[in-house]
Amino acid sequence: MTQARPIAFLNATLVDPEKESEDTGALLIKDGLIADQGPRLFSDALPPDAVVLDTQGLILAPGLVDSRVFTGEPGSEHRETLSSASEAAVSGGVTAMVVMPNTEPVIDDVALVDFLLRRARDTAKTYVYPMAALTKGLKGESMTEMGLLAEAGAVGFTQGLGAVANAQILRRAMTYARDFDLLVETFPAEPTMTGQMNAGEMATRLGLSGLPVAAEAIAVDRDLRLAELTGARVHISPISCAESVQAIARAKKKGLPVTCATTAAHLGLNEHDIGTYLTFRKLMPPLRSEMDRLALIEGVADGTVDIITSGHDPQPPENKRLPFAQAAFGGTGLETLLAASLSLARNGSVSLPALFARLTLNPARLFRLPGGRLTKGAPADLVLFDADKPWVVNRDISLSRSKNEPFDGQRLQGRVIKTIVGGHIVYDALDHARATLP
Amino acid sequence: MTPESPRQAFPLAPDRQHLLGIEDLSREEILGLLDLAESYVDVGRQTEKQHPLLRGRTLVNLFFEASTRTQSSFELAGKRLGADVLNMSIAMSSIRKGETLIDTAVTLNAMRPDILIIRHQDSGAVALLARKVDCSVVNAGDGAHEHPTQALLDALTIRRRLGRIEGLRIAICGDILHSRVARSNIYLLNKLGAHVHVIGPATLLPTGIDKLGVGVFTDMREGLKGCDIVMMLRLQMERMAGAFLPSTREYFHYYGLDAKKLSYAKPGALVMHPGPMNRGVEIDSAIADHTERSLIQEQVEMGVAARMAVLVALAHNRETMLRNR
Repeated sequence: MTQARPIAFLNATLVDPEKESEDTGALLIKDGLIADQGPRLFSDALPPDAVVLDTQGLILAPGLVDSRVFTGEPGSEHRETLSSASEAAVSGGVTAMVVMPNTEPVIDDVALVDFLLRRARDTAKTYVYPMAALTKGLKGESMTEMGLLAEAGAVGFTQGLGAVANAQILRRAMTYARDFDLLVETFPAEPTMTGQMNAGEMATRLGLSGLPVAAEAIAVDRDLRLAELTGARVHISPISCAESVQAIARAKKKGLPVTCATTAAHLGLNEHDIGTYLTFRKLMPPLRSEMDRLALIEGVADGTVDIITSGHDPQPPENKRLPFAQAAFGGTGLETLLAASLSLARNGSVSLPALFARLTLNPARLFRLPGGRLTKGAPADLVLFDADKPWVVNRDISLSRSKNEPFDGQRLQGRVIKTIVGGHIVYDALDHARATLP
Repeated sequence: MTPESPRQAFPLAPDRQHLLGIEDLSREEILGLLDLAESYVDVGRQTEKQHPLLRGRTLVNLFFEASTRTQSSFELAGKRLGADVLNMSIAMSSIRKGETLIDTAVTLNAMRPDILIIRHQDSGAVALLARKVDCSVVNAGDGAHEHPTQALLDALTIRRRLGRIEGLRIAICGDILHSRVARSNIYLLNKLGAHVHVIGPATLLPTGIDKLGVGVFTDMREGLKGCDIVMMLRLQMERMAGAFLPSTREYFHYYGLDAKKLSYAKPGALVMHPGPMNRGVEIDSAIADHTERSLIQEQVEMGVAARMAVLVALAHNRETMLRNR
């Protein structure tokens, strides 16, 4: 990319998750970095060579770092490519994606990490940070070359979907990861317990097999104990219920290096939203009860839940236009992550800077990525948005290759105006609207 | 179509295109359907059984799951009403050739049937298909969700024998977890003012069943106390493999209906079963064949009348909707 002219944003509401502040001010982008920012910047004179944008009070914040994104590249490009995921991402204010290793082939080899990074560099509009498989072929039997994979650029190790069934193997992988100071991400589901949705009255009425909260609590407890035993940095993602929040809060209180994430869908929807068998709301872990949803929000507010992710999992119609029991799990979410999360700030559950910490700074810190900050000298990865603008989610016009958006049909507030990656405007709502005019 | 009387022939809400379950039917719609069904019982008892209200209409029986009795009951109901009935079972359909469920529905829809009767092994599959077709759809059983015509025929049977549903104490026993019959019956009997008990081993009782407005019991002696009707459910033999139960012997010992357990219910209590029965597993032969206590044969007869009522009511709604389009 050629170096763009400096850009000066005036009269913006600057949301800084690091300082936990929200001030009106200006911000200057130069050479791909945030050259300066603050309330008094440009109060005397404007920079002579810059493109000047008066935002008239719109919010300017670090671009979102989405910590859990599945694509179909390589192997199932009809589901999603890095390129199509990144188009969806930038339209939702996401500037960095941590992608899961559940592809064909599985990302369990140095050459494949290298392949992903090259493909991302050549085709994606956002930064792409691959996670590698924790075990070879995701089979849960033997650990991958974690040291070499990390050197090649893997930012963490995970099974993506599903837990390592064998606790001894997981224990060894954690022990090994600890001495390389690598991040182990676990998925909270006891693998021998299955169900189509949350166990309870709703599942009973719909005649679907229910997955009890205990299936998640058992896995969370086991993984926390293994984290304590091994001392590894363990990240549990995504959690769905009150019991997980409580267990992780206790572990954090003990001083264990554990973190967790939940998804915007689990914060915004509950089991009743499955209604008449809506398969695009069939998620894993499943949407839980309203009590669990409220506990997750409380966890986000008090910091027990470190990260909000989209859990973007594109599934083509042939996997979703099926009877509920036969349909695949998973929902997209790159385009709705910001707007859906904003409702937590609007209803006063959490301040806007704290919310942005869960969406930007915390994942950036956990995965040791450069983005997620608004400070001078940080990379110019930003999102400019109108927090109040209402819209109705319509999966038919989604930029993702798959249209399984759990928030489809919902009214959300918060629209991205511009997304900036490395100092370049990679998404502009006006241009996008013009390009998609009939 | 020439209905007998407006009250009887138009029981369903005018915007109701399908019968997918009992849960969203009103009490008035259920009573209307039962009244209409009542009027068809005699049709089946005459030598001349033709009652050609649906002459020229096409009915398709689309059964993804094998069923002899429900399918033939719908077939007979359709034929007595003079409709053309086409039976399609999974063995001959192209689902086996990889065609998706929705493709099958769209293909059938293009043949312009008037009513599609669907049974499928997955909960919600019938509702999914109903969204893709223009004709009326009757749910003939979807997974563990609903089996509305079974609940209607059960209610018709009870009402004819005891004169009412309201105030009766009715036990539903056995595998509640996997039973669509249990769910449809719970909704219907509750709407008509009965007291419903569900009885079964805890492994076969779904989570949250108490929230459906029923008394929940794991002991037959307690659960059957004061019951006017004892409905037994079929136990799927494959449940043994899934570690729901230790053995059929133990199941029969604790939950199989024999004379002793029936004596816990009200004196003279009546026995029902949706069929097909596993004799010696959930029900003792002596009870099943008891001429005064068992309503099982009558249920089969009422099945045809109840299904005729559903077909007539839906056909009426469909024609009104087409006229107003």
